[in-house]
Amino acid sequence: MNLLDVENLWVKFPTRQGVVEAVRGISFSLGRERLGIVGESGSGKSMTGRAILRLIRPPGMIEADRIALEGQNLLDLSEKDMRTVRGERISMVMQDPKFSLNPVMRVGDQIMEAYLLHNKVGKAEARKRSLEMLDAVSIRDPERVMRAYPHEVSGGMGQRIMIAMMLIPNPQILIADEPTSALDVSVQRQVLNIMDDLVKQRGMGLIFISHDLNLVSEFCDRVLIMYAGRIVEVCDADKLHQATHPYTRGLLNSLPRLDQPRAKLEVLSRDPAWSEAPSVGGRA
Amino acid sequence: MSMIEIEGLNVWFGHGPDRVDAVRGASFSVARGESFGLVGESGSGKSTILRAITGLAPDWSGRVDIDGQALAGGKRDRAFFRKVQMVFQDPYASLHPRHSVDQVLSETLHLHGIPDIDARVRSLLDDVGLGGRFRFRYPHQLSGGQRQRVAIARALAGEPEILLLDEPTSALDVSVQAEILNLLTDLRAEHGLTYLMVSHDLPVIGHMCDRLAVMKSGEIVEVMDVGALRAMRAEHEYTRDLLAASVAPGPHSA
Ligand SMILES: Nc1ncnc2c1ncn2[C@@H]1O[C@H](COP(=O)(O)OP(=O)(O)OP(=O)(O)O)[C@@H](O)[C@H]1O
Ligand SMILES: Nc1ncnc2c1ncn2[C@@H]1O[C@H](COP(=O)(O)OP(=O)(O)OP(=O)(O)O)[C@@H](O)[C@H]1O
Ligand SMILES: [Mg+2]
Ligand SMILES: [Mg+2]
Repeated sequence: MNLLDVENLWVKFPTRQGVVEAVRGISFSLGRERLGIVGESGSGKSMTGRAILRLIRPPGMIEADRIALEGQNLLDLSEKDMRTVRGERISMVMQDPKFSLNPVMRVGDQIMEAYLLHNKVGKAEARKRSLEMLDAVSIRDPERVMRAYPHEVSGGMGQRIMIAMMLIPNPQILIADEPTSALDVSVQRQVLNIMDDLVKQRGMGLIFISHDLNLVSEFCDRVLIMYAGRIVEVCDADKLHQATHPYTRGLLNSLPRLDQPRAKLEVLSRDPAWSEAPSVGGRA
Repeated sequence: MSMIEIEGLNVWFGHGPDRVDAVRGASFSVARGESFGLVGESGSGKSTILRAITGLAPDWSGRVDIDGQALAGGKRDRAFFRKVQMVFQDPYASLHPRHSVDQVLSETLHLHGIPDIDARVRSLLDDVGLGGRFRFRYPHQLSGGQRQRVAIARALAGEPEILLLDEPTSALDVSVQAEILNLLTDLRAEHGLTYLMVSHDLPVIGHMCDRLAVMKSGEIVEVMDVGALRAMRAEHEYTRDLLAASVAPGPHSA
């Protein structure tokens, strides 16, 4: 059985200008693998991740035939059971890392609180484990960062703190929304290695949302390419550079390259047909 | 003459055991019309340099001259913000949650005393590739990339001469990144703007900047030109590691 099965997922927002359809009927599955989701800004990547956790704020609406976690349809669960799913089985690192930390609580207290919620240990042990976790995500001075408030850490440090916290419950699925966009390449690789170990050793399923095509191509197993709320192409990650959809090609060609300087970068010319074509299935 | 001249800049936060010396002895200068990059480790002080310039990190020493004028302390006057604008790293924190896109831009234009606000708002939204249908949305109704474009439009509203750009495209997908970088390139050419730009993406820095400084643990370890970057010619060991990591294969091929 797949870890996760998403069938015909829609996310809609009624606004004064009419209904915004952020996700339009996509289907995909997730196994014990690294599944990348790429696509341009506004294509529905984050809303897909949030919808799985039923974290779309009203008046936004989620509709789907099913969103099944090991066969259990999450849409049938009560809000209370859903909280347990969010706390223990599926974690999400939000795109806005510092925003998801409590601004008036010290970083260390937040990590320890999360750790104590999931582990029956004393405070001293929780503190020791928290320091180790910060160390594991390459935070250099974990003692100080434990005492810092969220606004006192850098952008990349905030991202790493969130990743450390989301891994505490040892989730079956981690949804990571642009988890490394503020990290320099060397720290980025360390963080990716941590997630990689969890997939390989503990059989976690990873949904890795990113706009960094090279990174996704190197790091993931499969990739869904989203456009205007639909999946336009699915491919093996290491074959991303041979993708055929003109949209995917356009994304690849718009990257600046150190070895090929040019005055202007290529930009996409969008074809209305792309958003009308039915969604491609993303089942493994 | 240089537009930004920084000499022996130290910036610190807090005191006692929690004192952080975020920037130590940084020196560089950026010529008028030049685009200068800051790269380096996460937490190395890149954002802090930009924040010190705009007065958001009030504890600093050393010399910071903007267009020949020495800055002091953490207060910046209106004339300063007319000349210098910043685009923040975090598009979520930098927009007021209860202000619509229209309010954000109209108020900024009003503040700068710019006439014909309605038409300017429309052209600013056009410039950053957001159509009119986004004009009356609130930040929570926008994706990460769309918010960053609003932040860039706001920075451009007062027609500044210097833009401080903190990871301006790290929240953007590559196609919007290309549009924004092209826009920044055009603006610089048309208006002779000066850029000081932070990014961890070396190809982006290579594309946008003439020279760059590499930072590690609060210090500038090397200033190099883009030719050296492209040729992967670095003096300092850390820079060599950084360059190597940016082309090294990931876990996939390991
Ligand atoms: N509350 C809302 N009301 C109306 N529209 C919304 C709302 N929230 C999101 N949207 C729209 O839904 C679409 C999808 O948003 P989403 O955040 O999933 O994009 P994304 O692919 O994650 O983009 P990015 O790469 O910029 O983060 C966007 O066009 C966005 O403007
Ligand atoms: N308000 C603050 N109070 C205390 N420490 C701070 C504050 N702001 C930043 N720092 C510290 O200063 C150091 C430099 O932070 P800065 O944000 O400049 O890093 P950066 O190079 O921009 O990193 P990143 O690439 O992760 O954004 C970090 O150790 C950070 O924790
Ligand atoms: Mg998003
Ligand atoms: Mg920063």
